[in-house]
Amino acid sequence: MTNRNRNVPPLAVSGLTVAYRKKPVLRDVTFEIAERQLVGIIGPNGAGKSTLIKAILGLQPALSGEALIYGKPYKVNRKLVGYVPQRESVDWDFPTSALDVVMMGRYGHLGLFRRPGARERELAMDCLDKVGMADFAHRQISQLSGGQQQRVFLARALAQDATLYFMDEPFAGVDAATEKAIVTLLNELKRNGKTVLVVHHDLATVADYFDSVLLLNGEVIACGPTETTFTPERLQQAYGGKLAFVARSEREPAGAAGNGR
Amino acid sequence: MLNLLTDPNLRWILLGSMLLGLSGGVIGTFSYLRKQSLIGDTLAHAALPGICIAFMLTGVKSVGLFLVGALLAGAAATLSVTLITRYSRIKPDAAMGIVLSLFFAVGIVLLTRIQHSSYGNQSGLDKFLFGQAASMTSSDLYTLGGVALLLVIACGLLYKEFKLLSFDPGYGRGLGFPMGLLEQLLLGLTTVAVVVGIQAVGVVLVAALLITPAVSARYWTDRLGVMTVLAGLFGALSGAAGAWISSGVSQLPTGPISVLAATACFVASVLFGPRRGLAAKLLGRRSARRRWLAESAGVAARANIQAAMQATAQAAVLTDGQANVHDNAHPNVHSAAHANERGTSV
Repeated sequence: MTNRNRNVPPLAVSGLTVAYRKKPVLRDVTFEIAERQLVGIIGPNGAGKSTLIKAILGLQPALSGEALIYGKPYKVNRKLVGYVPQRESVDWDFPTSALDVVMMGRYGHLGLFRRPGARERELAMDCLDKVGMADFAHRQISQLSGGQQQRVFLARALAQDATLYFMDEPFAGVDAATEKAIVTLLNELKRNGKTVLVVHHDLATVADYFDSVLLLNGEVIACGPTETTFTPERLQQAYGGKLAFVARSEREPAGAAGNGR
Repeated sequence: MLNLLTDPNLRWILLGSMLLGLSGGVIGTFSYLRKQSLIGDTLAHAALPGICIAFMLTGVKSVGLFLVGALLAGAAATLSVTLITRYSRIKPDAAMGIVLSLFFAVGIVLLTRIQHSSYGNQSGLDKFLFGQAASMTSSDLYTLGGVALLLVIACGLLYKEFKLLSFDPGYGRGLGFPMGLLEQLLLGLTTVAVVVGIQAVGVVLVAALLITPAVSARYWTDRLGVMTVLAGLFGALSGAAGAWISSGVSQLPTGPISVLAATACFVASVLFGPRRGLAAKLLGRRSARRRWLAESAGVAARANIQAAMQATAQAAVLTDGQANVHDNAHPNVHSAAHANERGTSV
């Protein structure tokens, strides 16, 4: 963290192109994120939102381009980055407790061979408390509801004590209470000087939750402050033929639109 | 059979089989949790041609050489599976099915050639098919025991890393752990566990000592640490049972007996495991049903009492003492009683 200074953006992506087989999923993606921002990554299914995060984190090889974390490659500044994968990415029947999963957030700081101890346990408890899950610390993870599992993943990312966070659809399939808990947490992270990028699907809440948006559909449609960037024209561009549905769902009451995931 | 406790040679065999079962159970826990139960079977079947080639090249029966041959063959087999899944649409289970039968076929062909040719002391090589713990020499046992201990120690040292690898490898990579390397290492350890287990249990059945104890252990606990220890324990018990019974009754192969013992363990776990077991599930459902019935009966009774209370309150004047008694029993009678008191005082 010593090499951070005010002029270096937390995330600068330039010319990033990613292909799974032949066809590029992401083409020449270039954007910059300013510090202390909650950024929504918005776009239709298959727009490459998750792929973008995976490519930035080096989980998916890129054909060209680079992503700089605080001005350095990801490999150098890895410790500054926290990642919340999609909830479905793991088997929740794994024999472990919520507290154990959160402690995994400290593994990177421990390095090879060293086991987590009392200090890690305490820190993990604090993180669970922050997401309102302290009472479930010793619960086996399959006995948690979907929203509670999502909160455990968030607590694990908190335990990493990063400054730049990537969250892949944390709001997917969670109830109102968890959604509110996540929003509170996002704002607290921002107050503490962190930057958070969130893959988000519910267009109705974008304006409420995020300072900036990154509109994506294979390439960057727009990136900037929510007020000026999150406009119907830009959405039309990002969602293409699906806009008819988008416009209709926007006219519906917020609650109904919120369920449209 | 009882001479096992007095005969020092048999005691060694028992100890060796237990160590093999222990390491198989511990390593198997991770294979099972990584949903790679079949990988042990692939490695075991692939080991046979490796062992045969090692014997044909050197003409010596030595566990160390066989280990090297089996490791190389196992590496070739896992590499084939990886290549097939990466460059085609074939799923891993199908790829493993293809590879394990191919390697096993090659192994059987080589084994038959060895038996029908003039290689030195080839007798006993066929024991690798079904295992014969009693055929282990004491120097074999030292090697096997040492390797088994090494496996358990490696799993202990890298417990945290293997846990991460089994639960969420993508996240682990994000944390900066060399997940690809750890995966290869775990595969290597699995190969070693399989190869050292082959002499006791045999190529065909050694996979059972990886998977069955791990699956059984899952029924008893929700903690990975406890599960690993239990799987090791179940594996050791199965190995001991196999060695003991087969050395007592002549000509009985060790492997099948060990597998039968492991399966008995598994059946007991399925039936009696707390929470996950069948008995616990049945009992849980029954008690939930009883509780629900009692609760709904209670609701009905409370409604009746309330109705009765109102009736008596209207008919007679309530003393304070009586009211308190009823307060303790049913909080919602309280308001009814007070409402009636107010009603009478007005």
